[in-house]
Amino acid sequence: MKQLLAKDPTNIVITGVGGQGNVMASRVLAGMLVDKGFYVTIGETFGMSQRGGSVMSHLRVSQKSAWSPQIPLGQADIIVALEPSEALRVLSRWGNPDVAVLSNNRVVYPIGVITGDYDYPDEDKIKNIFAKLTAKSWMIDATSVAMEMGNPVLSNIVMIGALAKTALLPIDRHAFEKEINKNVAADKRNANLAAFDAGAKMV
Amino acid sequence: MGNEAIARGALEAGVNVAAAYPGTPSSEVIENLAAVAKERNLYVEWSTNEKVAVEVAAAASFSGLRSMCVMKQNGVNVASDFLLHLTASGTRGGIVLVSCEDPGALSSVNEGESRYFARMLEMPLLEPADFQEAKDLTKWAFELSEKIHNIVMLRSVTRMSHASGNVVCGKLPNKIPQARFVYDGPLTDPLTGPVISTPVGLKHKLQQEKLKTAGKLFEKSPFNKYFGPPKPQFLIVTSSACFLYSREALSMLNLQKRVGILKLGCTWPLPEKLLKKYLRLTKNIMIVEEVLPFMEENIKVLAASYPKEIGVKSFYGKIDGTFPSVGELNPDVVAEALAKIMKVKYKTLPASYAQELRKVAAVIPPRDQTFCPGCPHRASFWNINAALKLDGREGFVCGDIGCYAMAALTPAIGFHTVRTLHSMGSGTGLASGFAKLDMFGFEKPVLSVCGDSTFYHAVIPALINAQHNKADITFIVLDNAGTAMTGFQPHPGLTMSAVGETVPAVDIGKICAAIGAKVEVSDPFDLETTTKKLNALLEEKGNPKVLILKQICALSPEKKGKKQYEVKVNEELCLGEDCGCNRLCTRIFRCPALTWDKAKKKAVVDEVICAGCGFCAAICPQGAIIKKEVVAS
Repeated sequence: MKQLLAKDPTNIVITGVGGQGNVMASRVLAGMLVDKGFYVTIGETFGMSQRGGSVMSHLRVSQKSAWSPQIPLGQADIIVALEPSEALRVLSRWGNPDVAVLSNNRVVYPIGVITGDYDYPDEDKIKNIFAKLTAKSWMIDATSVAMEMGNPVLSNIVMIGALAKTALLPIDRHAFEKEINKNVAADKRNANLAAFDAGAKMV
Repeated sequence: MGNEAIARGALEAGVNVAAAYPGTPSSEVIENLAAVAKERNLYVEWSTNEKVAVEVAAAASFSGLRSMCVMKQNGVNVASDFLLHLTASGTRGGIVLVSCEDPGALSSVNEGESRYFARMLEMPLLEPADFQEAKDLTKWAFELSEKIHNIVMLRSVTRMSHASGNVVCGKLPNKIPQARFVYDGPLTDPLTGPVISTPVGLKHKLQQEKLKTAGKLFEKSPFNKYFGPPKPQFLIVTSSACFLYSREALSMLNLQKRVGILKLGCTWPLPEKLLKKYLRLTKNIMIVEEVLPFMEENIKVLAASYPKEIGVKSFYGKIDGTFPSVGELNPDVVAEALAKIMKVKYKTLPASYAQELRKVAAVIPPRDQTFCPGCPHRASFWNINAALKLDGREGFVCGDIGCYAMAALTPAIGFHTVRTLHSMGSGTGLASGFAKLDMFGFEKPVLSVCGDSTFYHAVIPALINAQHNKADITFIVLDNAGTAMTGFQPHPGLTMSAVGETVPAVDIGKICAAIGAKVEVSDPFDLETTTKKLNALLEEKGNPKVLILKQICALSPEKKGKKQYEVKVNEELCLGEDCGCNRLCTRIFRCPALTWDKAKKKAVVDEVICAGCGFCAAICPQGAIIKKEVVAS
């Protein structure tokens, strides 16, 4: 039986920096939702994204039809960020008073910050912005957990585990397991499951 | 993914041969076909360039097989010379040209538009508007091509090719066809005689008749569909991803009962009867399309041709400025335009919240693109810059297409050395021209760069030109062992084909030497040797000189995640702001992994991001960056 969405379409933005596994996270999440019977439209901006730029996937989840691969401004329901300043970047364009934000706290400094041309907002400042401008927010240290597990790139799956635990979407561990059994090489499944579980414990 | 859907459509149509040159956002079509090539008995190849790809596909069509060629927008320019003749000679087995374009240039250095080629070369044009159509329309394109015996163009865009959605798959055929090329028939019979574009009058006429047949088939095509009330106040005519934007805009403005959408999957030639029928419905017509006003012009010509049947219209589109003339569209742009014309409220955020968001936007540091950590190109441009400084004659570099094009997009990335950037292979052609301006007092040393895949694609004629005309250029090949920018597709320099077979490698150095150029090879991570070699080449006068900088891309599957060096900053040696180097490592070198600890005022390596190339150890004047070889455990 299909679980209902709180809003149709539910608009999710997954964001991060090239190389963080953003695209993989969006595909895993979409796969889980398609398996539940939803229409999922994903719009991705990559191509140059490995080259240190911002990466963003827009997911539209609906019981009715495909939607535009670009979410209208101010209409994100959920923002999942693998990097905190990217959470702010997306919030500043797609945010609204009802949005929920789940962000990794691991910083990847933009070149302009490394050169000293720009300042990077500190974690407290970012948390204050979340508190003020979102309905719900979580900031977790996904990268450290992934590094303890031996591979920082697993932080994307830690985030998916945390997202499942927030109950913002009709997804759970069973759905995740089913999805990775389909699309992840057998020798990597256990690490992915462990990352998912670790994430679920963090919210 | 839209590109997967296109590949699936081709498989369901029973495609036998597929050829392409990689280019974002098109590359996944061939990658998906290559992955099932064995299982589905397909011939799939990465061709040297797009023109060759169409030629390879055409040979299959001439032999009665179904074939497809895939490229990004620029590829159609490259292929156009052959296409002009192919559309005249006609084809036999179904053949489809897929052009995946990039409105807004999300991963291109232009937002070129190839729909005009369909009109100019007189071939039918199809544009899928969602993911299901990406599959279904591709399948139908093969049938159409076989019905009219000509090539059919299918155009996708980034937001279709690189977007994903639900697709219901159809059956895969189980035919094993025989290739048979018949050419003994009469000269005037394109189906049994030789496949040629002459006699021109006859073949051109035949070509135009084929296009008319396509137009007739378009009248009844289910891929052209009207959505909306029977008597709309306003009509949107659209195609491709713009259909999804338009539909969403109506939903945002709650205008579904007042505005109709005519979605065209067949956009050249226009299905005239169908358009007449819907254009009659209302006075106000909006055309929603990206890049150039192709559909708008064609519809206006149609309306002007049948004024009595269609009536006088108010058109809203690109020509009257309703939509911006550059960049991609999205639901917001369409909704805003529509809200203004229809005088309805465009839902916005509470003013105070919107103001807070603007404050947030002001504190976010921009994230500029840069070379990846461990990228050989950063090292190469550092070498080039160092050599040019030492040379002292204000030499400059003509750039080319690949990741290294970023050196021209953002001068700081290429250390202010790259000064021109155009099409594939143009850097060396331009350099060849600059070098001949010495008779007009132009004395600067001229360099050009290109990547390994680009070398095979289009640089060889330019290099031969330089040699033949004695152009004194220093040409640098940034050889990172793959078509790196688009995802490591193999090219002729490698020993692996598109489907993983072992093939002979074509050696860049030997080609350059055979042309007559002096050739040197170096590792860009070896700063001292590379700079020395480059300076020696710059000093030589006369013919072209070639330096091949070999180092595998940091993201290549064989290198990714494996560090050659552990790199650390020795805090005692790092003098920080007091060094006098003006933070060469973090202000100038610009590696995302080499960061600055604000509190300690020292450089620091981010071990998560560092790829372990070790190059930065060579640039620190204090020797404070320490690299230690990683011993494989």
